[in-house]
Amino acid sequence: MTTSETAGLVVIGGSHAGHQVAIAARAAGFEGPVTVLSDERELPYQRPPLSKAYLMGKQPREALLFRPAAFYEEQGIDLRLGVGATAIDRAAHTVACDNGTILSYKKLVIATGTRVRPLNVPGSDLGGVHYIRTLADIDAIMAELDRVKSVVVIGGGFIGLEGAAALKTMGRDVAVVELADRLMARGVGATVSEYYATHHRAQGVDVRLSTGVESLAGEDGHVTGVVLSGGETLPADLVIVGIGVLPNQEIAAEAGIDCANGIIVDELTQTSDPDVLAVGDCAQFEGRFFDGPLRLESVQNATDQARTAGAAVAGEKKPYDSAPWFWSDQFDLKLQMTGITAGYDTEVIRGDVAAGEFSVFYFKGDKWLGTDTVNQPANHIASRRLLDAGYALSKAEAGDEGLALKELVKAARKGG
Amino acid sequence: MPKVTYRQHDGSEETVDVRAGTSLMLGALTSGVEGIEAECGGSCMCATCHVYVDEAWLDKLPKVQVLEDEMLDDTASERKPNSRLSCQIEMSDALDGIVVELPETQI
Repeated sequence: MTTSETAGLVVIGGSHAGHQVAIAARAAGFEGPVTVLSDERELPYQRPPLSKAYLMGKQPREALLFRPAAFYEEQGIDLRLGVGATAIDRAAHTVACDNGTILSYKKLVIATGTRVRPLNVPGSDLGGVHYIRTLADIDAIMAELDRVKSVVVIGGGFIGLEGAAALKTMGRDVAVVELADRLMARGVGATVSEYYATHHRAQGVDVRLSTGVESLAGEDGHVTGVVLSGGETLPADLVIVGIGVLPNQEIAAEAGIDCANGIIVDELTQTSDPDVLAVGDCAQFEGRFFDGPLRLESVQNATDQARTAGAAVAGEKKPYDSAPWFWSDQFDLKLQMTGITAGYDTEVIRGDVAAGEFSVFYFKGDKWLGTDTVNQPANHIASRRLLDAGYALSKAEAGDEGLALKELVKAARKGG
Repeated sequence: MPKVTYRQHDGSEETVDVRAGTSLMLGALTSGVEGIEAECGGSCMCATCHVYVDEAWLDKLPKVQVLEDEMLDDTASERKPNSRLSCQIEMSDALDGIVVELPETQI
């Protein structure tokens, strides 16, 4: 079955990046047909609250939605929920869908995101073992919570720790098992990692570092414990696995579009095919804020790339060039990060680490890479703006408590 | 249910019901009122849900907290004395009838 409608914009994926591409294309004046395919059955929704407010029952389901259904209708955006794409025919400019439909496109945007990296130890398929990625994942966790006393979170990254903090706040016994020797090692520096381990422990979370998982123990098909690399078994009625994600790039790779760790795109989000773009977690790109190609898993990246792609579809060149930023809410701590700081050799600290109000500026040699702040939002915002402005912050400036970064931003903006 | 009037930059107005306890940001998004981006979803991280609060209502709002204050310095449209981030304003019966104006741009 082939649709006969005029070819326009087709977006594969209806999450943060995918739905935003459609909105941005319309905002930039694109008048052709716009179709968004989403393999989830929900209207496009916010993912960040899933591991926080939604899990804790503080944010109702309808408050997760980006926009009501009527909005998409008004915008002339044909949202097809529960429909996945199975193949791209670049020569014919068509996309095949899993419901048998074949859609023609003039421009195609791939916003397929990522999928969770599965835990691969004996017992991984037991009942009570969950991941945090989709609304359905969280609904499944919440449906079991009444019967849950002990939780083990496998993976001490952002998602796992947010889940741990939420479940601890809800009165469960919580343990976090991390293979690396520090928490969130991929995203933050050593001082922040250490502070978070201390804080989680002070809140009663059993944090195990440098610890692997041998297997999951179970009874009658349901998990009862997590067997650690040292042989110890932690009791668990519920296991949450947060050990990273993998880019959904197969549909592009199979169509012959260049991929590496993600679908390779340029600053206009264009792939190796001029009529195919890719945005968000599934896209790999280069930029002035880091060395070499990178794939970013963040709301900021998804939204900003989507705006660039939407504009490009409407014929407008709006290169993507913003400083990366991220955040993570755990207990009463607001962790805000900007820049890509992996590979740093020096930390310069402002504030009071023990009091939980501090900023860490990361340097590689004399080059400032970015900043993590804990409950110090002013330094986060200023750092973001300084990175955007291309300001070369010195270690002396970073460490000077008397120097308000905001003043540097004003100066940098005037100079630029 | 308490009502909120959102006035667009061009002067057009929409009055919608917003449940008590819901933020003015969500109230706009879920009612399909345009002019608010809210890309961080209400985490006070992006300053794209900026509104100008009608002067008559300003004193009835909870005070601006540090994080919101910092973010307000970073809005795309000019910060004014009545600038707030709508994700930080929780609707209540006391705010029934509040009027907020949307800025020219959020990004």
